Amino acid sequence: MRSNYLFPESARFYEHSLRLYERLGRELDFNIMFSQRGMLTLAHSRHDLESQRRWANAMRLNGVDSELLDTDEVAELVPALDCSPSARLPVMGGFIQKRGGTVRHDAVAWGYARAADALGVDIIQNCEVTGFELSSGGAHTVKTTRGTIGADRIGLATAGHTTTLADMLGFRLPMTSYALQAFVSEPLKPVLDTVVLSPACGVYVSQSDKGELVVGGGLDLYASYAQRGNLPTVEQTLRGLLTLFPSFSRLRMLRQWAGIVDVVADSTPVLGRSPIPNVFLNCGWGTGGFKAIPAGGWCFAHTIAKNEAHPLTAAFGLDRFARGALIDEAAASGIAH
Amino acid sequence: MLLLTCPHCGPRDETEFSCGGESHIARPSLEATDDAWADYVFFRTNPMGVTFERWRHAYGCGCWFNVARDVVNHRILATYAMTDPKPATSETAISNGLQQSAELAR
Repeated sequence: MRSNYLFPESARFYEHSLRLYERLGRELDFNIMFSQRGMLTLAHSRHDLESQRRWANAMRLNGVDSELLDTDEVAELVPALDCSPSARLPVMGGFIQKRGGTVRHDAVAWGYARAADALGVDIIQNCEVTGFELSSGGAHTVKTTRGTIGADRIGLATAGHTTTLADMLGFRLPMTSYALQAFVSEPLKPVLDTVVLSPACGVYVSQSDKGELVVGGGLDLYASYAQRGNLPTVEQTLRGLLTLFPSFSRLRMLRQWAGIVDVVADSTPVLGRSPIPNVFLNCGWGTGGFKAIPAGGWCFAHTIAKNEAHPLTAAFGLDRFARGALIDEAAASGIAH
Repeated sequence: MLLLTCPHCGPRDETEFSCGGESHIARPSLEATDDAWADYVFFRTNPMGVTFERWRHAYGCGCWFNVARDVVNHRILATYAMTDPKPATSETAISNGLQQSAELAR
Protein backbone atom coordinates (compact mmCIF):
# COMPACT_ATOMS: atom_id res chain seq x y z
CA MET A 1 0.00 0.00 0.00
CA ARG A 2 1.59 3.26 -1.07
CA SER A 3 1.11 6.42 -3.11
CA ASN A 4 4.75 7.10 -3.99
CA TYR A 5 4.24 8.30 -7.53
CA LEU A 6 6.07 10.98 -9.46
CA PHE A 7 3.58 12.56 -11.84
CA PRO A 8 0.72 14.71 -10.43
CA GLU A 9 -1.96 12.64 -12.24
CA SER A 10 -0.79 9.40 -10.58
CA ALA A 11 -0.05 11.00 -7.21
CA ARG A 12 -3.54 12.53 -6.94
CA PHE A 13 -5.25 9.27 -7.85
CA TYR A 14 -3.19 6.90 -5.67
CA GLU A 15 -3.19 9.31 -2.74
CA HIS A 16 -7.00 9.38 -2.94
CA SER A 17 -6.90 5.58 -2.90
CA LEU A 18 -4.67 5.50 0.17
CA ARG A 19 -7.00 7.92 1.96
CA LEU A 20 -10.00 5.75 1.12
CA TYR A 21 -8.10 2.72 2.48
CA GLU A 22 -7.48 4.64 5.72
CA ARG A 23 -11.21 4.59 6.46
CA LEU A 24 -12.25 1.50 4.49
CA GLY A 25 -12.33 -0.84 7.50
CA ARG A 26 -14.85 1.40 9.28
CA GLU A 27 -16.89 1.95 6.14
CA LEU A 28 -17.16 -1.77 5.38
CA ASP A 29 -17.44 -2.67 9.07
CA PHE A 30 -14.79 -5.30 8.40
CA ASN A 31 -11.25 -5.55 9.79
CA ILE A 32 -9.10 -5.27 6.67
CA MET A 33 -5.97 -5.35 8.87
CA PHE A 34 -4.67 -2.11 7.37
CA SER A 35 -1.26 -1.48 8.87
CA GLN A 36 0.52 1.77 8.01
CA ARG A 37 3.91 0.37 8.92
CA GLY A 38 5.78 2.35 6.29
CA MET A 39 7.08 1.55 2.85
CA LEU A 40 10.86 1.80 2.59
CA THR A 41 12.59 2.01 -0.80
CA LEU A 42 16.32 1.29 -0.72
CA ALA A 43 19.09 3.07 -2.61
CA HIS A 44 22.17 1.03 -3.55
CA SER A 45 24.17 3.55 -5.55
CA ARG A 46 24.78 7.29 -5.86
CA HIS A 47 22.45 7.32 -8.85
CA ASP A 48 19.73 5.67 -6.76
CA LEU A 49 20.24 8.35 -4.09
CA GLU A 50 19.97 11.16 -6.62
CA SER A 51 16.87 9.81 -8.34
CA GLN A 52 15.24 9.05 -4.98
CA ARG A 53 15.89 12.60 -3.83
CA ARG A 54 14.00 13.81 -6.90
CA TRP A 55 11.28 11.18 -6.42
CA ALA A 56 10.74 11.89 -2.69
CA ASN A 57 10.66 15.63 -3.30
CA ALA A 58 8.17 15.22 -6.17
CA MET A 59 5.96 13.30 -3.75
CA ARG A 60 6.17 16.12 -1.19
CA LEU A 61 5.31 18.68 -3.87
CA ASN A 62 2.26 16.55 -4.63
CA GLY A 63 1.25 16.66 -0.96
CA VAL A 64 2.27 13.06 -0.21
CA ASP A 65 4.49 12.27 2.80
CA SER A 66 8.02 11.02 2.19
CA GLU A 67 11.28 11.12 4.14
CA LEU A 68 14.81 10.57 2.92
CA LEU A 69 16.94 8.30 5.10
CA ASP A 70 20.68 7.69 5.33
CA THR A 71 22.26 4.26 5.83
CA ASP A 72 22.28 4.51 9.65
CA GLU A 73 18.60 5.42 9.74
CA VAL A 74 17.76 2.50 7.43
CA ALA A 75 19.82 0.12 9.60
CA GLU A 76 18.02 1.31 12.72
CA LEU A 77 14.62 0.84 11.09
CA VAL A 78 15.39 -2.62 9.66
CA PRO A 79 18.03 -4.33 11.84
CA ALA A 80 17.83 -7.58 9.86
CA LEU A 81 18.95 -5.84 6.68
CA ASP A 82 22.59 -6.28 5.67
CA CYS A 83 23.77 -2.67 5.73
CA SER A 84 27.48 -3.49 5.85
CA PRO A 85 29.76 -1.84 3.26
CA SER A 86 30.80 -5.32 2.08
CA ALA A 87 27.25 -6.28 1.05
CA ARG A 88 26.83 -7.36 -2.56
CA LEU A 89 24.71 -4.23 -3.12
CA PRO A 90 25.56 -1.93 -0.19
CA VAL A 91 22.64 0.06 1.23
CA MET A 92 23.49 3.76 0.73
CA GLY A 93 20.19 5.12 2.01
CA GLY A 94 16.59 5.17 0.99
CA PHE A 95 13.30 6.88 1.53
CA ILE A 96 10.16 5.99 3.36
CA GLN A 97 6.48 6.77 2.95
CA LYS A 98 5.32 6.23 6.52
CA ARG A 99 1.63 6.14 5.64
CA GLY A 100 2.33 3.23 3.28
CA GLY A 101 2.01 -0.31 4.54
CA THR A 102 0.05 -3.52 4.16
CA VAL A 103 -3.56 -4.64 4.01
CA ARG A 104 -4.93 -8.17 4.22
CA HIS A 105 -6.03 -8.87 0.66
CA ASP A 106 -8.67 -11.51 1.46
CA ALA A 107 -10.28 -9.19 3.98
CA VAL A 108 -10.59 -6.46 1.35
CA ALA A 109 -12.36 -8.91 -1.00
CA TRP A 110 -14.61 -10.27 1.77
CA GLY A 111 -15.43 -6.82 3.15
CA TYR A 112 -16.31 -5.43 -0.26
CA ALA A 113 -18.36 -8.52 -1.18
CA ARG A 114 -20.41 -8.32 2.01
CA ALA A 115 -20.97 -4.56 1.71
CA ALA A 116 -21.90 -4.81 -1.99
CA ASP A 117 -24.27 -7.70 -1.27
CA ALA A 118 -25.94 -5.65 1.49
CA LEU A 119 -26.48 -2.85 -1.04
CA GLY A 120 -28.29 -5.28 -3.36
CA VAL A 121 -25.46 -6.06 -5.80
CA ASP A 122 -25.69 -9.56 -7.33
CA ILE A 123 -22.35 -11.35 -7.23
CA ILE A 124 -22.46 -14.39 -9.52
CA GLN A 125 -19.50 -16.67 -8.91
CA ASN A 126 -18.04 -19.29 -11.28
CA CYS A 127 -19.74 -17.67 -14.22
CA GLU A 128 -17.65 -17.12 -17.34
CA VAL A 129 -18.44 -14.54 -20.01
CA THR A 130 -18.60 -16.33 -23.37
CA GLY A 131 -19.61 -13.46 -25.63
CA PHE A 132 -21.58 -10.28 -26.25
CA GLU A 133 -24.41 -9.44 -28.61
CA LEU A 134 -23.54 -6.27 -30.46
CA SER A 135 -26.08 -3.95 -32.01
CA SER A 136 -25.87 -0.47 -33.47
CA GLY A 137 -26.18 1.19 -30.06
CA GLY A 138 -23.42 -0.92 -28.50
CA ALA A 139 -23.37 -4.17 -26.52
CA HIS A 140 -26.55 -4.80 -24.57
CA THR A 141 -26.39 -8.52 -23.90
CA VAL A 142 -23.68 -10.44 -22.06
CA LYS A 143 -23.63 -14.16 -22.78
CA THR A 144 -22.33 -16.32 -19.94
CA THR A 145 -22.01 -19.98 -19.01
CA ARG A 146 -25.09 -19.48 -16.81
CA GLY A 147 -27.34 -17.65 -19.25
CA THR A 148 -27.60 -14.21 -20.79
CA ILE A 149 -27.68 -10.91 -18.92
CA GLY A 150 -29.17 -7.74 -20.37
CA ALA A 151 -27.35 -4.50 -19.59
CA ASP A 152 -27.61 -0.81 -20.48
CA ARG A 153 -23.96 -0.29 -19.63
CA ILE A 154 -21.16 -2.79 -19.21
CA GLY A 155 -17.91 -2.40 -17.25
CA LEU A 156 -14.91 -4.61 -17.95
CA ALA A 157 -12.82 -5.17 -14.82
CA THR A 158 -11.12 -8.48 -15.50
CA ALA A 159 -7.41 -7.70 -14.95
CA GLY A 160 -5.13 -10.03 -16.95
CA HIS A 161 -7.99 -11.30 -19.12
CA THR A 162 -9.30 -7.93 -20.33
CA THR A 163 -8.09 -8.42 -23.89
CA THR A 164 -9.96 -11.75 -24.02
CA LEU A 165 -13.21 -9.79 -23.54
CA ALA A 166 -12.06 -7.01 -25.88
CA ASP A 167 -11.44 -9.65 -28.57
CA MET A 168 -15.08 -10.77 -28.18
CA LEU A 169 -16.18 -7.14 -28.55
CA GLY A 170 -13.92 -6.59 -31.55
CA PHE A 171 -11.47 -3.94 -30.36
CA ARG A 172 -7.78 -3.93 -29.54
CA LEU A 173 -6.05 -2.79 -26.36
CA PRO A 174 -2.46 -1.68 -25.68
CA MET A 175 -1.89 -4.57 -23.27
CA THR A 176 0.01 -7.79 -22.86
CA SER A 177 -0.71 -10.38 -20.17
CA TYR A 178 2.14 -11.61 -17.99
CA ALA A 179 2.50 -13.85 -14.96
CA LEU A 180 3.42 -12.12 -11.68
CA GLN A 181 4.65 -14.35 -8.88
CA ALA A 182 4.52 -14.04 -5.12
CA PHE A 183 5.83 -16.17 -2.28
CA VAL A 184 4.96 -16.78 1.36
CA SER A 185 7.46 -18.28 3.78
CA GLU A 186 7.00 -20.34 6.91
CA PRO A 187 6.12 -18.15 9.94
CA LEU A 188 8.89 -16.41 11.85
CA LYS A 189 9.02 -14.43 15.06
CA PRO A 190 8.71 -10.69 14.42
CA VAL A 191 11.73 -9.64 12.35
CA LEU A 192 10.50 -6.98 9.94
CA ASP A 193 7.96 -4.28 10.80
CA THR A 194 8.00 -2.27 7.59
CA VAL A 195 7.69 -3.00 3.88
CA VAL A 196 11.10 -3.09 2.18
CA LEU A 197 11.48 -2.58 -1.56
CA SER A 198 14.78 -2.78 -3.37
CA PRO A 199 14.48 -1.96 -7.07
CA ALA A 200 18.11 -2.97 -7.62
CA CYS A 201 17.57 -6.41 -6.07
CA GLY A 202 14.20 -6.77 -7.80
CA VAL A 203 12.37 -7.73 -4.63
CA TYR A 204 9.97 -6.43 -1.99
CA VAL A 205 9.16 -8.05 1.32
CA SER A 206 7.01 -7.56 4.40
CA GLN A 207 6.01 -9.73 7.33
CA SER A 208 2.38 -10.71 7.77
CA ASP A 209 0.58 -10.73 11.13
CA LYS A 210 0.91 -14.53 11.13
CA GLY A 211 4.70 -14.10 10.91
CA GLU A 212 5.14 -15.25 7.33
CA LEU A 213 7.35 -13.25 5.02
CA VAL A 214 5.40 -12.12 1.98
CA VAL A 215 7.81 -11.75 -0.94
CA GLY A 216 7.30 -10.43 -4.44
CA GLY A 217 9.50 -9.67 -7.41
CA GLY A 218 9.29 -8.69 -11.04
CA LEU A 219 7.26 -10.18 -13.87
CA ASP A 220 8.09 -13.34 -15.77
CA LEU A 221 9.20 -11.40 -18.83
CA TYR A 222 7.19 -13.04 -21.59
CA ALA A 223 3.48 -13.27 -22.31
CA SER A 224 1.64 -15.90 -20.29
CA TYR A 225 -1.84 -16.98 -19.25
CA ALA A 226 -0.45 -19.99 -17.34
CA GLN A 227 -1.20 -19.35 -13.70
CA ARG A 228 2.13 -20.62 -12.51
CA GLY A 229 5.43 -18.84 -12.68
CA ASN A 230 8.70 -20.10 -14.02
CA LEU A 231 11.72 -21.07 -11.95
CA PRO A 232 14.26 -18.51 -13.24
CA THR A 233 12.08 -15.71 -11.84
CA VAL A 234 11.72 -17.55 -8.51
CA GLU A 235 15.48 -17.88 -8.34
CA GLN A 236 16.07 -14.24 -9.22
CA THR A 237 13.57 -12.95 -6.66
CA LEU A 238 14.84 -15.11 -3.83
CA ARG A 239 18.44 -14.30 -4.75
CA GLY A 240 17.49 -10.64 -4.35
CA LEU A 241 15.92 -11.36 -0.97
CA LEU A 242 19.06 -13.11 0.29
CA THR A 243 21.25 -10.29 -0.99
CA LEU A 244 19.32 -7.96 1.32
CA PHE A 245 18.77 -10.36 4.22
CA PRO A 246 21.47 -13.08 4.34
CA SER A 247 19.92 -14.32 7.61
CA PHE A 248 16.86 -15.56 5.68
CA SER A 249 18.97 -18.13 3.81
CA ARG A 250 17.52 -21.19 5.53
CA LEU A 251 13.95 -19.98 5.41
CA ARG A 252 11.54 -22.30 3.63
CA MET A 253 8.81 -21.06 1.34
CA LEU A 254 5.35 -22.41 2.02
CA ARG A 255 3.45 -21.09 -0.97
CA GLN A 256 4.17 -19.73 -4.43
CA TRP A 257 1.68 -18.65 -7.05
CA ALA A 258 1.34 -16.50 -10.15
CA GLY A 259 -1.47 -14.20 -11.13
CA ILE A 260 -2.03 -12.93 -14.67
CA VAL A 261 -1.69 -9.16 -14.99
CA ASP A 262 -2.36 -6.86 -17.94
CA VAL A 263 0.63 -4.61 -18.53
CA VAL A 264 0.51 -1.31 -20.43
CA ALA A 265 3.58 0.35 -21.95
CA ASP A 266 3.42 3.41 -19.68
CA SER A 267 2.54 1.57 -16.41
CA THR A 268 -0.60 3.64 -15.99
CA PRO A 269 -4.04 2.01 -15.95
CA VAL A 270 -6.69 2.47 -18.60
CA LEU A 271 -9.92 3.70 -17.06
CA GLY A 272 -12.72 5.21 -19.07
CA ARG A 273 -14.60 4.71 -22.31
CA SER A 274 -13.94 1.91 -24.78
CA PRO A 275 -14.47 2.13 -28.55
CA ILE A 276 -17.99 0.75 -27.91
CA PRO A 277 -20.28 3.50 -26.56
CA ASN A 278 -21.82 1.65 -23.59
CA VAL A 279 -18.80 -0.46 -22.63
CA PHE A 280 -16.33 0.95 -20.07
CA LEU A 281 -12.78 -0.09 -19.30
CA ASN A 282 -11.10 -0.61 -15.94
CA CYS A 283 -7.86 -2.39 -16.81
CA GLY A 284 -4.13 -2.14 -17.36
CA TRP A 285 -3.36 -2.17 -13.63
CA GLY A 286 -0.39 -4.39 -14.30
CA THR A 287 1.47 -5.39 -11.16
CA GLY A 288 0.03 -2.74 -8.88
CA GLY A 289 -3.75 -2.71 -8.84
CA PHE A 290 -4.35 -3.71 -5.22
CA LYS A 291 -3.47 -0.33 -3.77
CA ALA A 292 -5.80 1.29 -6.29
CA ILE A 293 -8.93 -0.74 -5.51
CA PRO A 294 -10.96 1.87 -3.57
CA ALA A 295 -10.14 4.79 -5.88
CA GLY A 296 -10.37 2.66 -9.02
CA GLY A 297 -13.84 1.48 -8.02
CA TRP A 298 -14.86 5.01 -7.00
CA CYS A 299 -13.83 6.55 -10.30
CA PHE A 300 -15.14 3.63 -12.37
CA ALA A 301 -18.58 3.90 -10.77
CA HIS A 302 -18.58 7.63 -11.58
CA THR A 303 -17.53 6.91 -15.18
CA ILE A 304 -20.27 4.32 -15.74
CA ALA A 305 -23.00 6.33 -14.00
CA LYS A 306 -22.25 9.68 -15.65
CA ASN A 307 -20.82 8.44 -18.95
CA GLU A 308 -17.79 10.68 -18.46
CA ALA A 309 -14.39 10.34 -16.81
CA HIS A 310 -13.95 11.19 -13.14
CA PRO A 311 -11.55 14.17 -12.78
CA LEU A 312 -9.04 11.90 -10.97
CA THR A 313 -8.86 9.50 -13.92
CA ALA A 314 -9.45 11.90 -16.82
CA ALA A 315 -5.83 11.40 -17.93
CA PHE A 316 -6.11 7.58 -17.86
CA GLY A 317 -8.26 7.20 -20.98
CA LEU A 318 -7.58 4.91 -23.91
CA ASP A 319 -7.19 7.98 -26.14
CA ARG A 320 -3.88 8.93 -24.50
CA PHE A 321 -1.89 6.58 -26.74
CA ALA A 322 -2.80 8.29 -30.01
CA ARG A 323 -2.33 11.71 -28.39
CA GLY A 324 1.06 10.73 -27.02
CA ALA A 325 -0.09 11.83 -23.56
CA LEU A 326 1.51 8.90 -21.73
CA ILE A 327 2.02 8.97 -17.96
CA ASP A 328 5.17 6.92 -17.85
CA GLU A 329 5.96 6.27 -14.19
CA ALA A 330 8.41 3.51 -15.07
CA ALA A 331 10.50 5.76 -17.28
CA ALA A 332 10.24 8.70 -14.88
CA SER A 333 11.20 7.08 -11.62
CA GLY A 334 11.46 3.34 -12.11
CA ILE A 335 8.04 2.68 -10.57
CA ALA A 336 6.94 -0.43 -12.40
CA HIS A 337 3.31 0.14 -11.36
CA MET B 1 10.94 -23.24 -17.68
CA LEU B 2 11.16 -22.97 -21.45
CA LEU B 3 13.57 -24.83 -23.68
CA LEU B 4 14.00 -22.61 -26.73
CA THR B 5 15.77 -23.63 -29.91
CA CYS B 6 18.08 -20.93 -31.23
CA PRO B 7 18.33 -21.37 -35.04
CA HIS B 8 22.09 -20.92 -34.75
CA CYS B 9 23.03 -22.61 -31.46
CA GLY B 10 20.30 -25.21 -30.91
CA PRO B 11 18.23 -25.93 -27.80
CA ARG B 12 19.11 -23.77 -24.80
CA ASP B 13 17.62 -22.83 -21.45
CA GLU B 14 15.23 -19.83 -21.33
CA THR B 15 17.63 -17.84 -19.14
CA GLU B 16 19.89 -17.35 -22.19
CA PHE B 17 17.12 -15.58 -24.11
CA SER B 18 15.16 -12.38 -23.92
CA CYS B 19 11.67 -11.99 -25.31
CA GLY B 20 11.12 -9.11 -27.73
CA GLY B 21 7.34 -9.26 -27.76
CA GLU B 22 4.89 -9.68 -30.63
CA SER B 23 6.33 -10.39 -34.06
CA HIS B 24 5.10 -9.70 -37.61
CA ILE B 25 4.06 -6.12 -36.84
CA ALA B 26 4.15 -4.00 -39.99
CA ARG B 27 5.27 -0.38 -39.73
CA PRO B 28 2.68 2.02 -41.13
CA SER B 29 3.52 4.61 -43.78
CA LEU B 30 4.85 7.98 -42.62
CA GLU B 31 1.56 9.57 -43.69
CA ALA B 32 -0.47 7.25 -41.46
CA THR B 33 -2.85 8.76 -38.89
CA ASP B 34 -2.03 9.12 -35.19
CA ASP B 35 -4.40 6.23 -34.48
CA ALA B 36 -2.52 3.97 -36.91
CA TRP B 37 0.80 4.93 -35.30
CA ALA B 38 -0.61 4.34 -31.80
CA ASP B 39 -1.80 0.92 -32.93
CA TYR B 40 1.65 0.12 -34.32
CA VAL B 41 3.58 1.35 -31.28
CA PHE B 42 1.36 0.34 -28.35
CA PHE B 43 -1.56 -1.94 -29.26
CA ARG B 44 -0.88 -5.67 -29.22
CA THR B 45 -2.69 -8.88 -29.97
CA ASN B 46 -2.80 -10.76 -26.69
CA PRO B 47 -4.61 -14.02 -27.42
CA MET B 48 -5.21 -16.74 -24.86
CA GLY B 49 -3.64 -19.34 -27.14
CA VAL B 50 -0.94 -19.29 -29.81
CA THR B 51 1.22 -16.16 -30.04
CA PHE B 52 3.97 -15.31 -32.50
CA GLU B 53 6.82 -13.50 -30.85
CA ARG B 54 10.40 -12.39 -31.37
CA TRP B 55 13.13 -13.80 -29.15
CA ARG B 56 16.83 -13.02 -28.98
CA HIS B 57 19.60 -15.35 -27.92
CA ALA B 58 20.89 -12.53 -25.72
CA TYR B 59 23.47 -14.53 -23.73
CA GLY B 60 24.56 -16.58 -26.72
CA CYS B 61 25.01 -15.70 -30.38
CA GLY B 62 22.74 -12.64 -30.23
CA CYS B 63 20.53 -13.96 -33.03
CA TRP B 64 16.92 -12.75 -33.33
CA PHE B 65 14.34 -15.33 -34.37
CA ASN B 66 10.61 -16.03 -34.22
CA VAL B 67 8.78 -18.41 -31.92
CA ALA B 68 5.18 -19.64 -32.12
CA ARG B 69 4.19 -20.43 -28.55
CA ASP B 70 1.01 -21.37 -26.74
CA VAL B 71 0.86 -18.92 -23.82
CA VAL B 72 -1.60 -21.06 -21.83
CA ASN B 73 0.52 -24.22 -21.59
CA HIS B 74 3.88 -22.67 -22.64
CA ARG B 75 4.36 -25.24 -25.42
CA ILE B 76 6.73 -24.13 -28.20
CA LEU B 77 5.00 -24.86 -31.50
CA ALA B 78 7.53 -23.59 -34.01
CA THR B 79 10.84 -21.75 -34.22
CA TYR B 80 11.58 -19.94 -37.48
CA ALA B 81 13.72 -17.21 -38.99
CA MET B 82 12.93 -13.50 -38.60
CA THR B 83 12.05 -13.11 -42.28
CA ASP B 84 9.88 -16.25 -42.52
CA PRO B 85 6.12 -15.80 -42.77
CA LYS B 86 3.85 -16.68 -39.85
CA PRO B 87 3.47 -20.48 -39.83
CA ALA B 88 0.09 -22.22 -39.67
CA THR B 89 -0.42 -23.69 -36.22
CA SER B 90 -2.28 -26.93 -36.96
CA GLU B 91 -0.73 -30.13 -35.61
CA THR B 92 1.03 -31.01 -38.94
CA ALA B 93 2.39 -27.51 -39.29
CA ILE B 94 3.63 -27.72 -35.73
CA SER B 95 5.56 -30.93 -36.30
CA ASN B 96 6.95 -29.51 -39.55
CA GLY B 97 8.01 -26.42 -37.66
CA LEU B 98 9.72 -28.44 -34.97
CA GLN B 99 11.49 -30.52 -37.61
CA GLN B 100 12.57 -27.36 -39.37
CA SER B 101 13.99 -25.86 -36.24
CA ALA B 102 15.79 -29.11 -35.47
CA GLU B 103 17.34 -28.98 -38.94
CA LEU B 104 18.31 -25.38 -38.45
CA ALA B 105 19.93 -26.33 -35.15
CA ARG B 106 22.11 -28.85 -36.93
